[in-house]
Amino acid sequence: MVPSDFGKLMPELVLVVAAALIIVADVASARRRTGLYSSIAVAGLLLSAWLSVRLGPDRPQLLLGNMAALDAFSVFFMPVFAGASLLAVLFSLKSSELTKERHAEYLALVMVFTAGMMFVAAASSLVMLYLSMEMIGICAYALTAFNPGHPRSSEAGLKYAIFGAVASGIMLFGISIFYGLTGALDYPEIRRAIPSLATANGPQAALLVVAVVFITGGFAYKIAAVPFHAWCPDAYEGAPTPFAALMSVAPKAAGFAALTRFLYTVLSNAHSGGNFEPAFDVPWPAILGIVAVLTMTLGNLSAITQSNLKRMLAYSSIAHAGYMLMGVVALSREGASALCAYVVIYLIMNMGAFLAVLAVSEAAGGEEISHWRGMGERLPLVGVAMTVFLFSLTGLPPFAGFVGKFYLFAAVVSRGGFWYWVLAVAGILNSVVSLYYYARIVRAIYLEEPASNEPLTIHSSQRVLLYALAAATILLGIYWTPLSELVARAASFV
Amino acid sequence: MIEFVMNHLLSVMTFTPLVGIVLIYAIPGTGAKPNVVRGIATVVTGIPLVLGFVLWRGFDPAITGLQFEEHTVWIRTFNIEYFMAVDGISISMVLLTVLISFIACLASFGVEKSVRGFFAMFLLLETGMIGVFCALDFFLFYVFWELMLLPMYFLIGIWGGPRKEYAAIKFFLYTLFGSVLMLLAMIALYYNSRPTTLVDGTPAAHTFNFIKLMAENDFSGAGPILGIAFPKIIFAALFIGFSIKIPMFPFHTWLPDAHVEAPTPISVILAGILLKMGVYGILRVNFTILPEATVWAAPAIAVFGVINMVYGAFVCMAQKDLKKLIAYSSISHMGFCLLAMAAFTDQGISGCVLQMWNHGIISPMLFLIAGVIYDRAHHREIERFGGLAQSMPEYSALTGLAFMASLGLPGLAGFISEALCFLGAFPVFRALTIFSAIAVIITAAYYLWTMQRMFLGKLNEKYAEMKPVTWRERFTLYPLAVIIVILGFYPMPVLDLINPTLFWLVGTIRAAM
Repeated sequence: MVPSDFGKLMPELVLVVAAALIIVADVASARRRTGLYSSIAVAGLLLSAWLSVRLGPDRPQLLLGNMAALDAFSVFFMPVFAGASLLAVLFSLKSSELTKERHAEYLALVMVFTAGMMFVAAASSLVMLYLSMEMIGICAYALTAFNPGHPRSSEAGLKYAIFGAVASGIMLFGISIFYGLTGALDYPEIRRAIPSLATANGPQAALLVVAVVFITGGFAYKIAAVPFHAWCPDAYEGAPTPFAALMSVAPKAAGFAALTRFLYTVLSNAHSGGNFEPAFDVPWPAILGIVAVLTMTLGNLSAITQSNLKRMLAYSSIAHAGYMLMGVVALSREGASALCAYVVIYLIMNMGAFLAVLAVSEAAGGEEISHWRGMGERLPLVGVAMTVFLFSLTGLPPFAGFVGKFYLFAAVVSRGGFWYWVLAVAGILNSVVSLYYYARIVRAIYLEEPASNEPLTIHSSQRVLLYALAAATILLGIYWTPLSELVARAASFV
Repeated sequence: MIEFVMNHLLSVMTFTPLVGIVLIYAIPGTGAKPNVVRGIATVVTGIPLVLGFVLWRGFDPAITGLQFEEHTVWIRTFNIEYFMAVDGISISMVLLTVLISFIACLASFGVEKSVRGFFAMFLLLETGMIGVFCALDFFLFYVFWELMLLPMYFLIGIWGGPRKEYAAIKFFLYTLFGSVLMLLAMIALYYNSRPTTLVDGTPAAHTFNFIKLMAENDFSGAGPILGIAFPKIIFAALFIGFSIKIPMFPFHTWLPDAHVEAPTPISVILAGILLKMGVYGILRVNFTILPEATVWAAPAIAVFGVINMVYGAFVCMAQKDLKKLIAYSSISHMGFCLLAMAAFTDQGISGCVLQMWNHGIISPMLFLIAGVIYDRAHHREIERFGGLAQSMPEYSALTGLAFMASLGLPGLAGFISEALCFLGAFPVFRALTIFSAIAVIITAAYYLWTMQRMFLGKLNEKYAEMKPVTWRERFTLYPLAVIIVILGFYPMPVLDLINPTLFWLVGTIRAAM
């Protein structure tokens, strides 16, 4: 390990320092100065994002003895995570679900959580991958159970933890097989060992398949793909809404980043034209494609019957994980850049939707669809913003969600071939299904009479954030050249 | 200023309604003064109408290429361009759109519930509609196409009749299904297009440009999709997407629901303009980009057209609700377009587009007429009226004119386009054309029968004292009536505009046979 590498880990280190500062400040003073803690958190996240943008390496490099990769891909995700956490911190400022006494702990955990996600996206060794996944997992279990006022919160945290323990056990098992087969843990060495393994006679080739399946299972848990999705609705419903918003986007994005890096750099051969092929004779793209279709279909069909908005958004986030898997399965630079674009767009629109749910549930007293009745009259601009987010999630132009879908479908279609077309058609039909449940909320907002006509108010900070996110959703839908250049650079990592 | 408008005529027409939305919400106090909102809406739908007149005078029909072109790069990564222009295929539809939108805007003055919201959605819809007909970049076309869905959903869902929620979501789901198929087809065409250059000269690996997709590509060499030849499956996906909008049997079931529940001005827009987008899309995309597949699919298009004509007409016979009857008659009349376009003859193609235009004038008038009676009687059940000719003579005369125009009485607009459709289709599809003539007879039957039940016979005492047609209603009905009569005697203003381009289009298809 070279000490100078630490300079290149500044984005993560800043966050850890910020977490420590928050805890120290909390302990040092008898008064709960949430404003101060939040300022530290915001400053830490902004500094971290700024440092990660400045890191922008000329050429990919491996840090800490091949443990972490510093390349365009990981540098792309760092500010995304920081931005998502920044939003979550801002959401939590006026949230009644988080008690003042424990606000500092909440913020410190979010800081560590964010650093963990940055490590996940950069991990280029199975040990690093496992440790950083555990880092975000443990923070997430605690943060999910952080709402003692909610009867479901502890239950959600426990469910999440049990599922997480099983999944990480499975993943660890896969990692140990890999280590046994190749004698290596970092990606470049595993990659070098794979061709001889795949052609070897005997149990090695079969073991390789088992290892890949087990590791992919761990990823599937993180991105809430079928059949490892069941924790998702309970966890979102029980978690404090600001954290549920963060959890629906950022750890999934981290999981996708790590999965993409693992599949593209370890298990694939690069071809000319930016396409990849499996490095050995196992049809894992097809298997992942089936998982993608199952994930999006199950997510969408389950969302139809939900009446609690957070649960509905949880199932919708499962469906969106299915869409994002299409980008991974495309096995091309275009697929990777589509994934990156979708992550950014999904972050904006989904966190916007969660913020709207948070604001309205505090003003109207709940997060059922029925609480949204007549919201178009009671809180007109919140109704408009929510409508923008929902139609964007459906994937309709001129909203950003359409651009994201366009990227994903373009990546799949450009690969061509029978199965890619089946995948594209399945994705397209799922978009139509998703309209049905998103439109149910829009229907409640505009087409149904309000339960009462008392005027409602929401906090002005939430109002400003909500409009900003809605404006970003529209702007990115109309002009996304800057985003397209960013994601094209991010996808050039392999 | 004038120079800027003339250089960006189509963009100004398209986006003026958007400016209107901003004005409606930016001017303080409009929430309490619906008349101010109505005034703004009238002005911003009036401007495209006036500019439409300028467009019409400035358009040279002899040129089969593009005119009033605006062309710039929009999103470079995907070679998407902002490309607006009109040619003979689209100009008649642009003119129809601005005219019918203005009339529908006047007809919207009766809306009392959240007036600001209504006109905001209405104006957004108009932007989408003009944009669809002007866009010549497939991506831009798709964005405008989808842009219409949202306002339409709200206009039906909020301001509609008793079953508005069902009708609105049904409309939305059907059309979204069609447009996502179109999205996949669009991406597939993009990735199979040849390298070309963007408008600023930079090289592009692929293109969404309709004109380049047509002129520089033939797609016959592209690999099959799901085991079906590329041009055929792309044609089918696009065709299904467009035919849901027409609407073509068996994708038509959203239309009667949407029409019955929609408020009058929205029915006017729906029948007058939105249905035309389906046929326009087929002409603009399927015909120009995939001529061989078009030839391959022609018999099927013709058969579906005849089913639309005859089935729609028979269903009309059974209708009790006046609006539902007009809705099914639209299905029947759009069948003429399908049959005529599939023949690839000069008369057929100009009959098809003229029929679109005429139906775009006649069916709005019919829906306005249904709106007039609904405002007074608060129902539209044909059987419950009777002898209205005695209590509402002016209204009865206007209805008679519109019914006669719709059933194709010589001397009124509908006759000429239907005759051209038959003339064009007969040499190619003899048996089908003869069979489809049944539709004309049934059409006459249901209109005359409806006429008889509503206006003739014994006066229903309940409706003895009816408010006569108001001036606002006259402003919406008479312009359409005048156009119907003029085009009935002299259709050349429309035909001159469209024919050169359409003959060229049919020529390229025949060359592919």
